[in-house]
Amino acid sequence: MDEKSSPLLEVSGLRKSFPGVLALRGVSLHLQKGEVLALIGENGAGKSTLMKILAGVQPADEGEFRVCGKKVSFRNVNDAMDRGIALIHQELNLCGNLDLAANVFLGREPTKAGLIDESEIRRQTEKFLSQVGLDLPVDTLAGSIPIGKQQLVEIAKALSCNARVLIMDEPTSSLSQKETETLFKVVKNLRSKGISVIYISHRLGEVKELADRVTVFRDGENAGELMQDQINHDNMVKLMVGRELSEFYDRQVHHPGKPVISLKDLRCPSYPQHPLSLKVSEGEIVGIAGLVGAGRTELLQTIFGVTPALSGSLEISGEVKEIRNPRAAISEGIALAPEDRKQHGLVLPMSVRENSSLPSLQRDASHGWLNENAERAVTQNAVKSMKIKTPNYEQMARFLSGGNQQKIVLGKWLAMSPKLLLLDEPTRGIDVGAKREIYKLMEKLAGEGMAILFVSSEMEEVLGMADRAYVMHEGKISGELSRDQLSEKAIMNLATGNLVAA
Amino acid sequence: MKKNVLGIFILLVAIFVITAVINPKFLNAYNMQNLIKWSSLYAVMSLGVAFVIITGGIDLSIGSVVGLVSVVLSICLKLEGMDPWSAIGITLVLSLGIGLLHGLLITKAKVQPFVVTLCGLLVYRSMGRWLTDNQSIGPMPYEDDAGYKNLEQIQGLDFLFSGKIALGSFNLPTPALFILVLSIAAAVFLRRTIWGRYLFALGNNEEGTRYSGINTDRMKILAYVLCSLFAGIAGILFAFELDSVQPAQTGEFYELYAIAAAVLGGCSLRGGEGSVLGVVIAAAVIRLIYNSINMVGISTHLEFGILGLVILLGVIGDEFLKKAVARKQAAQKT
Repeated sequence: MDEKSSPLLEVSGLRKSFPGVLALRGVSLHLQKGEVLALIGENGAGKSTLMKILAGVQPADEGEFRVCGKKVSFRNVNDAMDRGIALIHQELNLCGNLDLAANVFLGREPTKAGLIDESEIRRQTEKFLSQVGLDLPVDTLAGSIPIGKQQLVEIAKALSCNARVLIMDEPTSSLSQKETETLFKVVKNLRSKGISVIYISHRLGEVKELADRVTVFRDGENAGELMQDQINHDNMVKLMVGRELSEFYDRQVHHPGKPVISLKDLRCPSYPQHPLSLKVSEGEIVGIAGLVGAGRTELLQTIFGVTPALSGSLEISGEVKEIRNPRAAISEGIALAPEDRKQHGLVLPMSVRENSSLPSLQRDASHGWLNENAERAVTQNAVKSMKIKTPNYEQMARFLSGGNQQKIVLGKWLAMSPKLLLLDEPTRGIDVGAKREIYKLMEKLAGEGMAILFVSSEMEEVLGMADRAYVMHEGKISGELSRDQLSEKAIMNLATGNLVAA
Repeated sequence: MKKNVLGIFILLVAIFVITAVINPKFLNAYNMQNLIKWSSLYAVMSLGVAFVIITGGIDLSIGSVVGLVSVVLSICLKLEGMDPWSAIGITLVLSLGIGLLHGLLITKAKVQPFVVTLCGLLVYRSMGRWLTDNQSIGPMPYEDDAGYKNLEQIQGLDFLFSGKIALGSFNLPTPALFILVLSIAAAVFLRRTIWGRYLFALGNNEEGTRYSGINTDRMKILAYVLCSLFAGIAGILFAFELDSVQPAQTGEFYELYAIAAAVLGGCSLRGGEGSVLGVVIAAAVIRLIYNSINMVGISTHLEFGILGLVILLGVIGDEFLKKAVARKQAAQKT
């Protein structure tokens, strides 16, 4: 009873804002000893922000934290570590050039007479590595082991700091099936030893297998909680999207027209050993699913000419074309809304107007002179048709929210009236409202005959939006699924390289 | 943008007024003409490097290009007796070629701008010294020079590039007309053409600009070509102004003044920012500081120190101003 009344970790009324976005609007969360709590929600729901606050990476604007019932504050990483909270980063932070022992004790090396006590480090490291089921010599270089094992080393490192709470942010996003299973074993083992885990994931199947309880975030607020016996796919999705799926992804079936793009044995520089073939027709929305690092972004970049193909053929409307750079792609009527919006999609310190008109400036110019009327018209059109929320056209893109930034990217391409729209993670990091508008836009454009090829790591998005989907695994297309064949299980099987039919 | 031009303008006026109050001789016509002339010469180079700095690059070779161009021009006019306009043409083609070379090395061979232009600084300086055997030379031919037959035309050029036009009792140095024309052209180019827009865009985010279908390599090459061309024009102006070109010294360190003026005038070395008016005013501020130090009677040994401090404070002030503007924008309701 005592345990229940004062949880290991309790957070309430947490608020955090960034320029242009209110990331957390007063969320709360509690965690018991030896519990695996899954935290789910769509991109932009505020999960990662909360985790960063708990790990002391960012301060909260407002909110109360209690550890074992005692009020505490989390101002920096040391504060969090002192309370026994450790974040296992999505991007691993090991130094590849140092051995495992050195990595585990980096910054906390035990000393003897002012010198590093190597034998103590080795002895301790061995102990922690065995706790996470790693059977490797402690002098192995961290950079030489696969990513799944590196993650386990990170966990060992956290344990060596006496961590009581492990926060894992999308830990399986770059793991193979086998590595995932190993990780689960380790997590379950730690739980039995009384260590608590906050587990953030998009993979609802994993959540179901691992979690004792699920907390759902939506739009920076608590959307609900599921106890172990309530955890199932439908309940989770309903809380995440806040409405029935069919309503959210308002898709109509279009009859695809002539092929707009067709790739035959195209080889991308990133995975030259795997020739890729695919086809997208007018009015068709085609998804590319797969795990992070499967080569999906690289495929879009090759189609768009950022990293030109090494060989193979690329046909646009039935004619073979060679696309050596983005300019060539654009003149063939291809547009790309890239995954990394801030680096590739926008010029952040420039205004909404300057960003919206960037690709169309040349078309509208005469002898190089800026056509300011045309520029204004393009901007006005983008702002209106995309419903971009901005105080004026001169606002710097940097100060808009992720959703509005993405709308600028889409708006600038619509001014070019592309035949083929490539979307790389079109709704990453944007709020649910804007997300829905982007889905509606995709539906509308497809209805007008545009071909759309989109990459998404969100299962729901692929299931909801795609007429057809390709699944990629380690650089090759491992399968193609028609709308009737689309299911989470079928995608996961293909995405993890498990080619046995579902 | 307008605010930080205003800031540098206020600085110019302040130094001007203070100097005039302390030493009224500062205002005499001869001193003013000199000040205008030197400010104009510096401003030409500063405008050139501003194009490159806007793209996020740097050009350290400007002073050596000024030196080499003035040497080559002098050789062509005085020793070779070449047709004067062809000689001007050759020096302009030489500077365009240098800029093109820089641009190609930076975009195609992917050598860093700092390295490319640092090597340029060394190479062009030593070429000038080698061509002349390190002897000083000027564009004006003497009786036994091959160029003497073109004397009249060369004197015409001398008037064009370093003459004075009487406006009532005031003699306006002709370089002032050059900077007037060049700065209007530069401002129009940067603000009214798509290429100007592309330079700013790629200076802020080169990848993002490339993803929008812009040939960023070609635009960067253009910036280096313009920079060297402006340095070449400055070289011609300096050759006629100095009469005697010292191959080892003429133009030495000028790149640093040019970069300083560009930065003080609102260009960020991170790229993507800058205004023509700001750069021209800043070039004038730098010359004015030199002049004031003499006029006020401060030890000339302190010249560099004062210049350095003014630039540093100016840039810090500019940074504060930018932050304030950004805060205001961020606070706007979306």
